[in-house]
Amino acid sequence: MGSYVPGTREEQQEMLKSIGLSSMEDLFQDIPEEVRFKGELELPEGKSELEVRRAVGAMAAKNHVFPTIFRGAGAYRHYIPSMVKNVISKEDLQTAYTPYQAEISQGILQSIFEYQTMICELTGMDASNASVYDGASAAAEGVAMCQERKRKKAWISAAVHPGVLETVKTYCFGNEMELEVIPEKDGVTDLKYLKEHIDNETACVYIQHPNYYGNLEQAEAFGVAAHEAGTKFIMGVNPISLGILKTPKEYGADVAVGDGQPLGLSLAFGGPYLGFMTCTASMTRKLPGRIVGQTVDANGKTGYVLTLQAREQHIRREKASSNICSNQALCALAVGTYLASMGSDGLENAALQCTSKAHYLAEQLGKAGFPLEHDKEFFHEFVTRSDTPSQKVLDALEKEDILGGYPLDEHRILWCCTEMNTKQEMDRLVQIVKEV
Amino acid sequence: MLIFEKSRPGRKCQLLPPCDVELVRPGKEDQREQALHLPELSEGELSRHYTELAKKCHGVNDGFYPLGSCTMKYNPRINEEMAGLAGFAEIHPLQPVSTVQGCLEVLSLAETYLCEITGMDAMSFQPAAGAHGEFAGLLLIKAYHESRNDKKRRKIIIPDSAHGTNPASAVMAGFTVVSIPSGPDGCVDLEKLREAATDEVAGLMLTNPNTVGLFDKNILEITDIIHACGGLCYYDGANLNAVMGVARPGDMGFDVVHLNLHKTFSTPHGGGGPGSGPVGCKKILEKFLPSIRVAKKDGYEVERAKESIGEMKSFYGNFLVVVRALTYILTLGKEGIPQASQNAVLNANYMMHGLKDLYSMAYDTICMHEFVMSLKDLKKTTGISAMDIAKGLLDRGIHPPTMYFPLIVEEALMAEPTETESKETLDDAIQVFRELYELAKTDPEKLHEAPVTTPVTRLDEVGAARHPVLRYLFEETSPQGADA
Repeated sequence: MGSYVPGTREEQQEMLKSIGLSSMEDLFQDIPEEVRFKGELELPEGKSELEVRRAVGAMAAKNHVFPTIFRGAGAYRHYIPSMVKNVISKEDLQTAYTPYQAEISQGILQSIFEYQTMICELTGMDASNASVYDGASAAAEGVAMCQERKRKKAWISAAVHPGVLETVKTYCFGNEMELEVIPEKDGVTDLKYLKEHIDNETACVYIQHPNYYGNLEQAEAFGVAAHEAGTKFIMGVNPISLGILKTPKEYGADVAVGDGQPLGLSLAFGGPYLGFMTCTASMTRKLPGRIVGQTVDANGKTGYVLTLQAREQHIRREKASSNICSNQALCALAVGTYLASMGSDGLENAALQCTSKAHYLAEQLGKAGFPLEHDKEFFHEFVTRSDTPSQKVLDALEKEDILGGYPLDEHRILWCCTEMNTKQEMDRLVQIVKEV
Repeated sequence: MLIFEKSRPGRKCQLLPPCDVELVRPGKEDQREQALHLPELSEGELSRHYTELAKKCHGVNDGFYPLGSCTMKYNPRINEEMAGLAGFAEIHPLQPVSTVQGCLEVLSLAETYLCEITGMDAMSFQPAAGAHGEFAGLLLIKAYHESRNDKKRRKIIIPDSAHGTNPASAVMAGFTVVSIPSGPDGCVDLEKLREAATDEVAGLMLTNPNTVGLFDKNILEITDIIHACGGLCYYDGANLNAVMGVARPGDMGFDVVHLNLHKTFSTPHGGGGPGSGPVGCKKILEKFLPSIRVAKKDGYEVERAKESIGEMKSFYGNFLVVVRALTYILTLGKEGIPQASQNAVLNANYMMHGLKDLYSMAYDTICMHEFVMSLKDLKKTTGISAMDIAKGLLDRGIHPPTMYFPLIVEEALMAEPTETESKETLDDAIQVFRELYELAKTDPEKLHEAPVTTPVTRLDEVGAARHPVLRYLFEETSPQGADA
């Protein structure tokens, strides 16, 4: 049996004796008999480290690691620099709690301050929090932070990631905001529909850019439509795309959110990832979650602390802006390390490679009888349509150890390319698909 | 020094090969014009930067960490290695089910074992943290009442000793909060609870052992009162580390629980996350659980009930945290899990016993896994506050207990040693606490100045909030971002 308890039986007896008790049982004398758990927990017997390694290793071996991936749809395989894994394994950073005791947490606080700065740079926005759970919950918190007393309705695009839409719905089931969906038309959000339906009870308009299908939206026009109706404009963005695409700030967003997973976090069967949240200066005090600020110590030396805590649950309780009391600090550290390793040129290069490769693959697939479903500008994902059943195509690829695009339905597939995909891989994929 | 101040134009790490297809740029109207300032450093400089940051932190491996209600136990190294296996870390969440059988097995086993430990019937791992689990649990309660068309239940009862997330979560779930005072023994005041238990009550949120470190003896009566008025009972799993294998929330009458895998099940806190806050429930609530869940048939499959409250976030939750927790449960097993709780309670009582002749205990009785001191009298006589003692501990290599919580105890310090600390560590810490008490009496000024050995001394938090500087400003950045 494994155990992390250092005390020997003799030490335990000695300690019990010193506090005037004779057995472990005595420690629990305040627990009434009726609620005591009798018998033994139905768990396996404890194991040595070697046995645990075998058991858990066997589970990992039942999963298939695809060497070649053309699937995104909310989780993206990018190159993760060695530095990232090294930094997040540093145990001082990894095993610490939330930095309440600032004097002995300057390393974590500074890393969050640097993260906030890099996320502001990336999005062009004025303020960033220390991160939330993931992109979908960031979207839901973003919608919630826009509500006002007389504005309780959110308009959200049908072309956002389905998980984002579902998560916003769940949060709205909680806070009782009204949720309206702007329909999709030809692979983008229907701007005309929004203009006809937006009203003065609307709190915010949310679009994703590039959207779920990889297409670019008329983001600026949505911002104008939102602002003309006196509402806030929220953009969900892919952070890698910001290496080359206009920032949410340039498009006129009041709030910008997204999933930070592409910035140095493993696919990890869906988590942990990180949600980034940013806003304009005037909305800073509505941001939920942890925020780190710069200050000075008693000797005038620069240091960092958790700040603007009057928004938070441990001070405000039921009047807090959100219940969130953690951030994904270690993931934020990974994101910061990733961005610092890439640098501005490196990130631009990664973004260019993503979109260039996606355009190459789209063209080749088109020639192979899988034309683009939409005639729109896209970043690194795109949808093809074909008479060949999607599942048949994907099965053929799986046989060749390639994880193909994500099947949207029987005839449409959502493909994704990143800098990880070589021309050789893409040519091979097209060859296999042609033969289906 | 900030990483931006170390940056020099033109320095870089060589990470990607040249692009092997023709370059394509977005149309002019979608091209980024705003300047992008990311750090430019060589790999060696980067590496040193982060080593420097790591040195300015105090993790569980750096020393004793008796932070009450946070369960800062040792984070086993094997957990990290297992979470890093390519067979988990490199799996896309939308892979075909036949290629992720191992991941689904992890979720299925973790659900079975954690249900056994808590006395629940089903569990979802989608919530990413304790507060997220609370929110999910409350939405289950809401969905339950709505499914019965019982629309007037808009209130959640929460004791005044509760963690601040409880009322904040209740409001996010659309409820109003009824706060009830604790009795003089720190437990729920039954009389007040009876008065509050009306047909407008959706449920009660409680931790047991409670936030003052005591097991509420009346727990069966409490959950009966709530059930009798038609409400449901929610168990905040923050303090589960005291009672594993000793008493189960399911047997105390709770209908829904959340756990903190990053507390009780030894996964690292990461400086604030990622954690994992699975939500478990009894049969009556199972169909409302969030998202898709794993079902075992011939192999493992995933399905989502049509009454599900929906998604709390994307995909399966913080999966790699669940891998760590499962590794821990497999290591300890049926004997080790209860022993962890027994030793957690033993260590807390031992430490409390070593201090109680000097420090006044808020409740002087056998405690569970944590205990609360009140420095009210010390402050009155010496001017030394809970904060001052905490800062004195920093100079002596010990992470302070939780300060000023629970709110019902004045000048509170709440200590939770956990089971993974040795008797010597506890003896040393007791000694340090006693010395600080002496120092408070003899030379209080010294303590007001503490800490003096840390990278910075006490920081100006008021100034930070009044004039927020939330990012580094480059020369070209508009100053707007600095002052919100």
